[in-house]
This record gives sequence, C-alpha cells and structure tokens, in this order.
Amino acid sequence: MLDQALYAIQIVAIAVLGFIAYYWGANWVLDRSLATNATMSHETIARRDRRRTRIRPWIFLAPALLLLAVYLVYPVFETLRLSLYDRLGQNFVGLSNYQWAFGNPADWFRSATDATGAPIIDAATGLPIVLNQGDPTFWRSTLNNVAWLIIVPSLATAFGLVIAVLADRVWWGGIAKTLVFMPMAISFVGAAVIWRFVYAYRAAGTDQIGLLNALVVAFGGEPQVWLGIPWLNSLLLMIILVWIQTGFAMVILSAALRGIPQETLEAARIDGANERQIFFGIMIPQIAGTILVVWTTITIIVLKVFDIVYAMTNGENGTQVLANLMYRWTFISGDSGRGSAIAIVIMLAVLPIMIWNIRRARAAEGAL
Amino acid sequence: MSTPTMVDTDPDVRLSSPDEVLRPARTRRFRPGRLVTHLILFFMVALWTLPTLGLLISSVRDPDQLAISGWWTSLATSTISDQSPRLPAADAAVLENGIYVIRGNLLGDDDNRTIATFGGTATTSGANPAGATIELRAGGMITVEANGDYVWTSPTPFEYTTAPRISYVASMAPRFTTENYSTVLSANGIDRAFINSATVAIPATIISVMVAAFAAYALAWMKFPGRTIFVIAVVALLVVPLQMALIPVLRLHNEIASIFGVPGKGYFAVWLAHTGFGLPLAVYLLRNYMVGLPREIMESARMDGASHFQTFTTMVLPLSVPALASIAIFQFLWIWNDLLVALVFLGSQDEYVVLTGKLVDLLGTYGEDWNLLTAGAFISILVPLIVFFSLQRYFVRGLLAGSVK
Repeated sequence: MLDQALYAIQIVAIAVLGFIAYYWGANWVLDRSLATNATMSHETIARRDRRRTRIRPWIFLAPALLLLAVYLVYPVFETLRLSLYDRLGQNFVGLSNYQWAFGNPADWFRSATDATGAPIIDAATGLPIVLNQGDPTFWRSTLNNVAWLIIVPSLATAFGLVIAVLADRVWWGGIAKTLVFMPMAISFVGAAVIWRFVYAYRAAGTDQIGLLNALVVAFGGEPQVWLGIPWLNSLLLMIILVWIQTGFAMVILSAALRGIPQETLEAARIDGANERQIFFGIMIPQIAGTILVVWTTITIIVLKVFDIVYAMTNGENGTQVLANLMYRWTFISGDSGRGSAIAIVIMLAVLPIMIWNIRRARAAEGAL
Repeated sequence: MSTPTMVDTDPDVRLSSPDEVLRPARTRRFRPGRLVTHLILFFMVALWTLPTLGLLISSVRDPDQLAISGWWTSLATSTISDQSPRLPAADAAVLENGIYVIRGNLLGDDDNRTIATFGGTATTSGANPAGATIELRAGGMITVEANGDYVWTSPTPFEYTTAPRISYVASMAPRFTTENYSTVLSANGIDRAFINSATVAIPATIISVMVAAFAAYALAWMKFPGRTIFVIAVVALLVVPLQMALIPVLRLHNEIASIFGVPGKGYFAVWLAHTGFGLPLAVYLLRNYMVGLPREIMESARMDGASHFQTFTTMVLPLSVPALASIAIFQFLWIWNDLLVALVFLGSQDEYVVLTGKLVDLLGTYGEDWNLLTAGAFISILVPLIVFFSLQRYFVRGLLAGSVK
C-alpha cells in the first residue's frame, strides 16, 4: 500500500514537472535563440522582437490546442467516419448502422400483417414482407432520453427556483441552501448507491429498510420492487439527477434573484402587488435569461447521463438511455460502428445548444 | 426556527414599517404566510438531506441490524430471527447426579442479543419464552435462558448422529460500529481504489489548470491571428459529448502505445484524457476572468520590459488565484467523481480501478450487503464532501462565472 502511494507520488511529480519544464524551457529557448543586445543593429533588434512576439502565443497555446484537437475535435470527425464503417471499423458500410438504429422510415407506420393477422405477401418476390422499424432498444432509449430531457431540467429548475426564493426569506436560508447544494459534490455512482438504498425492497411482512417502501407500508400499501416496474423505474432514476442538479439551479438562480434591483420590487409592493404577482410578474421575467442558461446546462448533462443508469439498472427493465446503450455496443458488444452511430445521435441532439452558445459568444466578443 | 428572531430579521417587515402606521391593513395583507414558508422549505431540505443521512447512519450500524431494520429505527431495539449453530455432539454430555447434561451458549460471547423466544424448529421459534423448558426431537429436555445459556438434560444417554439446532427470536440493543468500514477497506480493496482515485485526480487537476491558464492568458492578452476563432471554438467544444471521444481516442492511444510497446491504457492516458475533456470549461472560465483584469497592470509591466512570460507568472497568475481555485475544485470534483473516463482509459482491474468503479463493482457483487455498500459509498463521497464544505465559496463562484456570463 505504501509502495503504491510512493509510486503514485513519483509519477505525479514527473508528470507535473514535465509540463512545467515544457513551458519554462520553451520560453527560455525562445528568449535565448532570439536574444537581443546592445551590439546589434536596430533592425536586428526590431526583427527579433517581432519574431518573439509572434511565436510566444503559440508556446502558450500549443499544449491546450494539441489536447483539444486530439481529445475533442478529431474524435468528432473520427466518430462520424466510424459510424459509416462496420463493427471493427474496417469496411465502409454506408448508412447501415443508422438503418439498424432508425429502421426504414417507410416501414415505421406499416404493419407486416394484414387486418386478419396473416403476413402480407410481397407481390414481387412472393415472400412475406420483412419490415425494418429500427432497433427496439435504440428507440426505447431515445424515448427514455426524451423523457429525461423533459422531466429533469424542468423539475430541477423549478425546485431550484422555489428553494432559492424561499431560502431568501428565512434566517436559516444559508444552511438550507448548503444542504440542498451538497448533492452536487457527490458522484453519480455515490448518488446511485444512496438512492438504491432509498428504493431497497424487503418482502411484505418483514421490516422495510428502504425509505420509500417504509413510507408506502406506513400508509397501508404493499412494498414494491421499484426498479423493476417499467416507466416508473425510469422516473425513479430521473429523480436522482433532479436531486443532484437542483442545487446547481438554486445557486445560479439565487444569484440572479439577488441581481434584481431592490427598487423594482419595492415599487411593485407600493403599487399593491402581492407576493404571487411579484414572483410571476417581476422575478421570473427579470431572470428569464438565467433560467434559460440553467435549463440548457442541465439539458446537456441529461443527454450525457451514463453513470446513474449504468450503476442502478444497467439499462434493464426498460430504463436504457442512449449514452449507456452506446457504451454497451462499443465496449461490451465490440461494435464500434453502431456505438459511433449512437454517439453521433447524441451529438446531433447537442448541436442546437452548441449553435446557440456560439451565437451568444460571438455577440459577447463583438466580432466575427 | 424561533419565531421572534425571524420577525426581527424579516426584510419585508422592515421595508414596510413606515407604511404600517398609514396603511396597517395593506401591510398585513402582503406579508406571506411565514410559517408556511418555513414548513415548505424545511420539508424540501429534509427531502434533499435524508437520503445522504440514511447512508451515513447506516454505514456505522451493526451489519445484522442494518439488514433487517430501517436506519430511522437505529436507536430502537430490533428483533432478529435466527438459528443457532448445531448443538454439540452426543458424546459431549456429562453425567451429573444420574442424568446426562449438555451445557453451552447459543449466542457466543461477543453478542448484544437477548433471546426472547425459542423453539426446536424454525416454525416454532416464537413458541416458547426464554427460560422455558421444551422437549427436543433428538431426545431430552432443553432450557434456554435470555442470555443464550442452555441446559439440555436427558435421563438416558443422548443418541443422535446429527446434532439439532435451536431456532430463536432475539432482540438486539442498538449498536454502532466502525467494522463496516474496516471490512470494506481491507477485504474489498477500497483502500487501493482510494489511492488510485487520488493518483488519477490530483495530477489531472494540476495539469489541466496549468495548461488552461497559459492558454487563457494567450487568448485574453496576446495578439495573434485567429484569436477570436479560437475563443469561439472553445465555446463550441464546451458541449461536445464525452461519448464522441471514447472510441477514437482509445484507438489512438492504443496505436501510439503500440509503437512504444506499452499498454494504451494507464495513468498517463487517463490524465491526458481528463485534461483534454476538462480544458474547454477551464480555458473559458479563466479567460473570462483574465480579460477582466485591469489593462493598466499589463501595460505597466510591458513598459518595464517584462516579457509576456514574466507578466503571466509574476502578475497574472497571483491575481487569478480565486479563479484558479474555482477551476481546480471543479476539475478535481469532476475527475474524482467520474466513472466513464476511468473505466475506458484505465480499466477496471484491481490495480487501476478508481473509487467509483470499485463502488459499481460492489453494487454488482454485493447488491444487498448494505453494510459494505453504505460504508464504501461514504468513503467515496468523503473527499468531495470535505472539498465542498471547506471550499464552497470558490465552488459557487466558479459555477456562477461558468453559466451567467
């Protein structure tokens, strides 16, 4: 154990010193190779100064650019390419990975059997027709992701807003906010264990150790295997992410609420507005922009949600989502083509948010 | 929640107090139901806190109690139905005053259990109160006391090949213990995983903050062609899903590593991966902060003949400490809590597995052993919680800078 710790400290030191050596060394080399002194002509000095100024930004930027290029830019294009190749990434297969996932749009709303239940015979071949309606698990995951996208950001934002508003009105608001914010520090896997314990099941008649079943039994109900009940189980997984993200929404929205000018609120009160009118008529419109930012941030997190599903149900009982499905196809089934196609679907879902972000950044930069 | 303090500090009351003389009715009308506010907020805070509290309390409970009663009853006595080990073999009997006797204790010596009822079979475990004497199918009469002591007597020698067991219902006084922690630490390799997590998270945090700081300075204060495009590109990369990168980067790692004849997975791979994935946010936040530093400072430094490198290391870095701290906390928590990147780029063998991976492992292997799971989970969230509670201010500041801008 001590060996492991010492080894860890050693490699940590080497890695960190390596990066420091690069920045310091590269600058030193630049300063030395383009050094100037009084014996040089003015032209030489000016030229060397110019060259140094031109080169130095790239020394600063090089590691970041290299890492961004290798870890984020290249993968986007490579994933796109792999999604058009077979399971090992060797042979070009066109759109067949997407066809596997989505099926043939013409077949989506057709049935392979007629009204009596008999198979429909293809006139051209004389064989029963085979429909390609896509992979059912893929569709189920997509559907689940849509449900996650609707439910998690709305609930987290709504709860966050309510808590932010209420916490500003009581003397223990600071403590309340810290406690609601705390789950943000907990890993998705840790949260999964915490909530598996809440949903734990013991046979009827024995004492329940899970909070949810204990409540159900206390109110006279039957204990349930919650994670085995289709649709409800997905909702129970979403609650975990809501639990984590509400703190985020609360912190951001609380700061935005503080930013509303006190005079505006006072003026409304003098005009006789009640608290409900102030909340919906003044506070919400004033912080609408922030609400949108919170909403989109949580949306991106939801699209990438993997750990919670992986740790809680691993997608069983109809809880599969795209990110976990992608992991399964890639690393369990070893099919990089289908895995990449699913990754591209996730990417496409993020794209509108990316474009919106770029627009805002451009406006802020005042250029381009 | 004491009401007097509440009213004293109530801003609404203070704001409206001048009006109160003139328009008392109105003042009373727009004061919200204070008690309702307290109750709703208290209810929500309880909802957000109880799951974690349950985990923490459960992790220090007696493993047997934890398995059969809810953590909210942990201060109450719990009841447990169990079966004793087999009674001794027939030749253990001693002859006392003409009868054959076997003595012993059903519970062993470490126990805080008290026997309430017992019986010769599982179905009769509730039939006889402690202290009663019953007849056993194997022969003889047995008396079991509340503390587990039993006396088994027979006028004739005991004759059985398989010793019987006694079923009982025992009550257990509440007991708190750290044994769950020692079990999960030593027997399940959580200690190793803890060091692995630190080995991943600390360098990856330092490297990414360092790389981001240099890049952010260049994007904020150095002039070069294409600067704006790089800024926009960083914003665009903020939302690229991690899932995109897994396959291509793993292939790339494997190819590069095979040139050098080393495995493609490992600490170096995971550091670089975490640095790469965390860079957009880190660069974005730091650049936003550095752009806001006063221009005069930069210019006077340049006047004094300082190079950009000197300006950066001696002036900008010290001034940016709050922002650097925010980013470092962010990165650290994100890396410490990550599962996917570590799973893909480091693997799940014992030698490398990080805490989150180990926890998933435990969930799979010991899905119902809540004593191990609760202790393991608490160990894994301990470091983030310490970081969170001690550095919450920086964490919040980082969040605000990242999303409101």
